[in-house]
Amino acid sequence: MTSPTPHRRSLLSGLGASLLGLTLAGCDQINRNATVKAGLARAEGLTQAAQRLILSRTALAHEFEPKDISPDFRANGTRNPGEPAYRAMVEAGFANWRLQIDGLVERPLALSLDDLRARPARTQITRHDCVEGWSSIGQWTGARLSALLDEAGLKPQARYIVFHCADRLDPNAAGDRGLYYESIDLVDAFHEQTILAYEMNGQVLPVAHGAPLRLRVERQLGYKHAKYVMRIEAVESFAQIAGGQGGFWEDRGYEWYAGI
Amino acid sequence: MDEPTPHTAASDRRRHSLPVRLTHWINVVALFVLLGSGLQIFNAHPALYWGHTSTFAEPWAAMTAERQGDRWAGFTKVGPIRIETTGLLGLSNGERRGFPAWATLPSYRSLADGRRWHFFFAWVLVANGLIYLAWGLVSGHFRRDLAPRRPELSPRHLWDEIVAHARLRFPKGAAAHGYNSLQKLAYLAVIFVLLPLMVLSGLGMSPGVNAAWPWTFEIFGGRQSARTIHFITASLIVAFVVVHLAMVLASGPLGQIRAMITGRAGPSRLDGDPS
Repeated sequence: MTSPTPHRRSLLSGLGASLLGLTLAGCDQINRNATVKAGLARAEGLTQAAQRLILSRTALAHEFEPKDISPDFRANGTRNPGEPAYRAMVEAGFANWRLQIDGLVERPLALSLDDLRARPARTQITRHDCVEGWSSIGQWTGARLSALLDEAGLKPQARYIVFHCADRLDPNAAGDRGLYYESIDLVDAFHEQTILAYEMNGQVLPVAHGAPLRLRVERQLGYKHAKYVMRIEAVESFAQIAGGQGGFWEDRGYEWYAGI
Repeated sequence: MDEPTPHTAASDRRRHSLPVRLTHWINVVALFVLLGSGLQIFNAHPALYWGHTSTFAEPWAAMTAERQGDRWAGFTKVGPIRIETTGLLGLSNGERRGFPAWATLPSYRSLADGRRWHFFFAWVLVANGLIYLAWGLVSGHFRRDLAPRRPELSPRHLWDEIVAHARLRFPKGAAAHGYNSLQKLAYLAVIFVLLPLMVLSGLGMSPGVNAAWPWTFEIFGGRQSARTIHFITASLIVAFVVVHLAMVLASGPLGQIRAMITGRAGPSRLDGDPS
């Protein structure tokens, strides 16, 4: 083989670069296509069905030893909500804060932190997996969601549990679309490790990690673990809430089922 | 190789069966998308760790952007080595990002879209791979075409082939009909080691799969180790593809591509012509 002359070489590399550029532009164009997006999103249903097939309702996420706890557990998303109402609650040590449990329930509840601490609790040392790719291990203590839902009494139509939060993660989005929220189905809501944590690593839950209360829904990614939970609503469908996809990040293209 | 037996011209020219060709090209598309979207996902946190958790202050490998006097520069750290990689890794086009825009799908930053592409084509890769494996076993493709014969594995023979490859001398005519032993070993490593490891280490990062099958992260020594193995294995597959394409280019790309599309070698090959 003869080596290409400089002219041929620059021609070849120019051709290569423009082909690459075309491919890239093409990929971005395809990526923005609504039909393609909908097609790709179908894989989520397959993933959820496959995981639910191999993952029994009761299978527990692995629990670690106290020595495994991360000294550098990262706080992500909102780290310090600036809303005046929330600041006032922090000032008051959440003394007047009440967790609302309503929607499709027989007996709506309003529970203080002391009420929650008096409810059936669970402590677990689990790994927190962020969608970005990192992991940290922490110990969580909180009220079991299943006991709270039994106390409130779910109506038969209830299919999802929605968590409304105090933090506005997207200040540019109008109305409730900028507020953080999340939703899970009843399989996860009644799972043994699904708790509303008020303690982290044996201390009162810090503001950076969601004080006064954060959801722990082990077996799914970090963004499902809503922080700053103010209200729990039982619903038949979340289509009418904010962007309609069941969560702040779900409204921005992330999977509702975050088991992978 | 056995002494060439008399063939009809038609059977001699048959190179790749239809299932091999179909699964090969589906794999090309799947791996292309998985690589681009995988780098997009990696860019969301361009650092790698060993064990269960991220030791944020001490990744074993990371891409960062740092201020150097009055300008920003990109750096890549691997173990004790740290080099400036501005324009490629850490910082490119004035933007702080692990891999540059031309390497990721989509080119702009979107973890959500990257994940959609990745998990869709992960299913494509797995389904395609299972079909290929089942067919390869049933049809005898693995036994007949890929399993090396004992003499092919002798150090002498392997050395001769390495020398022949290095001189870009490839078998012609009837000898080019089957795979040579280096090819067989490379394909076996990709089919039975790298691609399964890719899927396993991917599942090792899934909190749902981890809860159902804890061995998926335990065999790697933790989720962050699984992520690291996923990255290293992907790099090895990219290295394989680079060598594979170089070999195609060196051994007559038109004939090779025609064979992988139509299943037949061109007539010139039979004449012993370098095509």
